[in-house]
Amino acid sequence: MQLISLSAFDLSVASLLIIALALLSFRLKLGLTQRILVAGLRTTIQLLLIGFILNALFARVHLLWMALIAIIMFTVAGREVMVRQKRRFIGWYGFAIGTLSMFLSSFTITVLALTVIIQIKPWYEPQYAIPLLGMLLGNTMNGVSIGLDRLSSSTFNDRTVIEARLMLGQTWAEAMREIIKDSIAGGLIPIINSMMVVGLVSLPGMMTGQILSGSSPMEAVKYQILIMFLIAGGTGFGTVAAVWMGSRRLFDDRHRLRLDRLRKG
Amino acid sequence: MTDFKIQNLIFHEIGPINLSIAAAECVGLTGQSGIGKTLFLRALGDLEPSKGQILLGEAAIDSISAPEWRKQVGLLPAESSWWFDTVGEHFKKVDTADLVAFGFNQEVMEWDISRLSSGERQRLALLRLLANHPRVLLLDEPTANLDEENKLQVEHYLTDFLKKNQVIALWISHDLQQLSRVASRIYNMSAKGLTILEK
Repeated sequence: MQLISLSAFDLSVASLLIIALALLSFRLKLGLTQRILVAGLRTTIQLLLIGFILNALFARVHLLWMALIAIIMFTVAGREVMVRQKRRFIGWYGFAIGTLSMFLSSFTITVLALTVIIQIKPWYEPQYAIPLLGMLLGNTMNGVSIGLDRLSSSTFNDRTVIEARLMLGQTWAEAMREIIKDSIAGGLIPIINSMMVVGLVSLPGMMTGQILSGSSPMEAVKYQILIMFLIAGGTGFGTVAAVWMGSRRLFDDRHRLRLDRLRKG
Repeated sequence: MTDFKIQNLIFHEIGPINLSIAAAECVGLTGQSGIGKTLFLRALGDLEPSKGQILLGEAAIDSISAPEWRKQVGLLPAESSWWFDTVGEHFKKVDTADLVAFGFNQEVMEWDISRLSSGERQRLALLRLLANHPRVLLLDEPTANLDEENKLQVEHYLTDFLKKNQVIALWISHDLQQLSRVASRIYNMSAKGLTILEK
């Protein structure tokens, strides 16, 4: 099998879909026209840019370059988690809780996969490291931001109940048990659901891409199983870490609910 | 016998407040709405940061963990909160004798929270708080949301309990008649602090 290279013309044809969608949005006054166009433009520019960077990176394999790329990815993901919160933590916590938990889970799991499972040498070989980290980070970011968003909004809405429980002598962890559980579940359910239907309803983009580019379906499937497991682990551990750190931050040492540490986003 | 001492307490720019309550004494507290009575009780229950000293017997507030302090210095808010579906889920254990003393029997544990009247809710909230065996009760308008009949009933159960168990109480109310029935001293809270009211 051979990969059929796409030309600029091919992509322009595909982009007509976005333009048609924008026109429809304009006619129906959905208020999304500008966002659709900007999103389309950003997709093109960001992906072309990363294409150039990956090309350059593949030519010069160096740990420092990889570290730089990873730092940029984590910073952007951390910022994204923060801006998705309806109520955010004030100060550097707003950025740090999400970023740190994503780092703890995504980074560790990526390195583990590269060194123990794939055993590529050097382990920071960009052809493997960047796609793996990117996929893990993208999914972990979703889990972490859903978990944190649910945590902060449920805590805000249930503040009377939480304080009533504190008044009865419960510790912050006891008073928050149900909210913590629900927030973690909220972050985890999307990945669990997609593991349930993968192959039956959805064919994941990564696997599809591999098959399109000429890999044998079995090879693509094996990689996809690996990725699903890594993503589930990354999302799960990342969400648990973020929700735990977030709820700890919502209380002080005297187990007082500190909603003053949140602000409206 | 344990007493309850509040020394130079400052919270949210209110104070300093000084007040000593003797063992088994009930002190009444009244004052304009918004003057900070609820904040005062919250500070005593360690739910608001405060400066100064609060002592239960010889034990200072910061020498005890916050959850343990709140078990000993129990705060009953005007409006009770319930987070499970049935009454029983909110109780770890409950003495039948206590239930009877508050006009219930064991069956109440199966009841849905949504079925409770406001009087029942407040009596059960009190019962839930008393299960911790508090040594001080901070009562924030405990009968404010009740009709006349329920009000007298809750008041009756509460004063009965305070007498029987020698518990210290700080009772907030706008109803001076109620306070003169239940309290040995009544204070008025203003921006300057506490002043005692003549009976």
